Amino acid sequence: MARALINLPKTAKAGDVIEIKTLISHPMETGFRPGPDGRILPRNIITEFLCRFEGEEIFRAELFPASAANPYLTFTTVATRSGTFQFTWRGDGGFDQTETATLTVA
Amino acid sequence: MNRSAKDDLAKDDLARDDGRGAISRRHLLAGAATSALLGTLRPAEASQRTETTQSAIRRFAGEAEIRGGRVSLDLPPLVENGNTVPLTVAVESPMTEADHVRRIGIFNEKNPQPNVVTLHLGPRAGRAQVATRIRLADTQRITAIAEMSDGTYWSASADAIVTLAACLEG
Amino acid sequence: MIRTATAALAALLLAPGPAAFPGEIAPADKRSGFAEMGPALQAMQRDDTAHPGMLWVQDGADLWARAPSADAPACGGCHGEARASMRGVAARYPAWDARSGRPIDLEDRINQCRRTHQQAEPFARESADLLGLTAFVALQSRGMPLAPPDDSRLAPARQEGRALFEARMGQLGLSCAICHDDHWGRHLGAAVIPQGHPTGYPLYRLEWQGLGSLQRRLRNCMSGMRAEPYPFGAPEYVALELYLAERAAPLPLETPALRP
Repeated sequence: MARALINLPKTAKAGDVIEIKTLISHPMETGFRPGPDGRILPRNIITEFLCRFEGEEIFRAELFPASAANPYLTFTTVATRSGTFQFTWRGDGGFDQTETATLTVA
Repeated sequence: MNRSAKDDLAKDDLARDDGRGAISRRHLLAGAATSALLGTLRPAEASQRTETTQSAIRRFAGEAEIRGGRVSLDLPPLVENGNTVPLTVAVESPMTEADHVRRIGIFNEKNPQPNVVTLHLGPRAGRAQVATRIRLADTQRITAIAEMSDGTYWSASADAIVTLAACLEG
Repeated sequence: MIRTATAALAALLLAPGPAAFPGEIAPADKRSGFAEMGPALQAMQRDDTAHPGMLWVQDGADLWARAPSADAPACGGCHGEARASMRGVAARYPAWDARSGRPIDLEDRINQCRRTHQQAEPFARESADLLGLTAFVALQSRGMPLAPPDDSRLAPARQEGRALFEARMGQLGLSCAICHDDHWGRHLGAAVIPQGHPTGYPLYRLEWQGLGSLQRRLRNCMSGMRAEPYPFGAPEYVALELYLAERAAPLPLETPALRP
């Protein structure tokens, strides 16, 4: 499991726009770079990031080799009700990881 | 240690242009910087690009007109290391069901591949603002294009100068 | 890349003329490499929720709490809450180790603990585990001034470290001091030459795209001077670390720092 850090407020008022910050540990090997032996290292990147709230997609990103290592994405969403966010990263070599975080809307 | 040996290296002299010796030293440094840039550029030479920037933009926007405006793109003008360049893109939009940003495509000019990231948003975002970190193989222009829910496309560009670290590993 | 760095360093070496400010850095001028960074990278270091080095620190926090085997205690089993027990520890390393009769750095200290109290194999130098745990321990001293121990047993190694710092080495005949004492604040290529204070290790270096130790950085410097680096864990590095800590004090600790 890659280490992921997700930061969002624990609570919000209905209608608030909240900011969600995500970081995940990943080399994002571009596939354009030679290794120590001079041969091109095979591409190994995260190709997709998806954030769902209670099953509904609220944000998605397609990533390319031009994303920095340890991909960072910050985006916003409107707090509507209490519930669970699901964060999914997918990529080369069958990389597939999902993390969750909850939000309480008062 | 031998301080007098170190004294040969003038702090002031490195920056001073006295019209004589300083010039040749400057050329030496400039030469180093140039070969450095070439070294960085090599993987991104045009002949090795997977696709042109124009073609990637057309795959994103089709034949639609792309107008300047409504998009703001923020990245440091002077990049200290092209491996990690903070980027923030924002689009003026009420982000309602009726009027919102659907997608934002970000494109580079000189990396081996023109796509940087493609973002999918909707009214649930509340605000059309996303921050991420990108790689830049060289000094170049970055372009962000937003697709609105009414099918119009808007764009902004920003230039980034990528400097080179003096002491690299290995 | 190697050619490039060499050419730039050679240019520096060849620059003639009298030194304007040779020698040690005046206390009032002492500053961390943080000060040389642009606002975007400073912001990245300041915000723990955006700092990629925190990925390693969080791994270290887990290691602190996890027993290496069923019959051995976790770090936290003896030391309790790191926030209290490890506060100020990193600011005092390297320190004298009575058991081995030599100075050791924080990584050595952690590995000694693993051997003697956890009956576990030491972590490899520069492994993600050792970097993470070291960064987690050092984080507990963040903001505290570096406070090298006033311990006469450390004096010979510290003196050796200073001699190494000032000795010309490698094919370019440079020394640490030529860049970091005599030419800090000047440019080498486009980069500002920092004073070279180890205030934030292990740190996240954008060039490495990951966390790395002070020893890794020292090895970089040595290969930059076209000198053969010592192997990881060599006593020469600990000697240099001792001198560098004294030279940097009382700058505050910033682990995990972030640098280009």
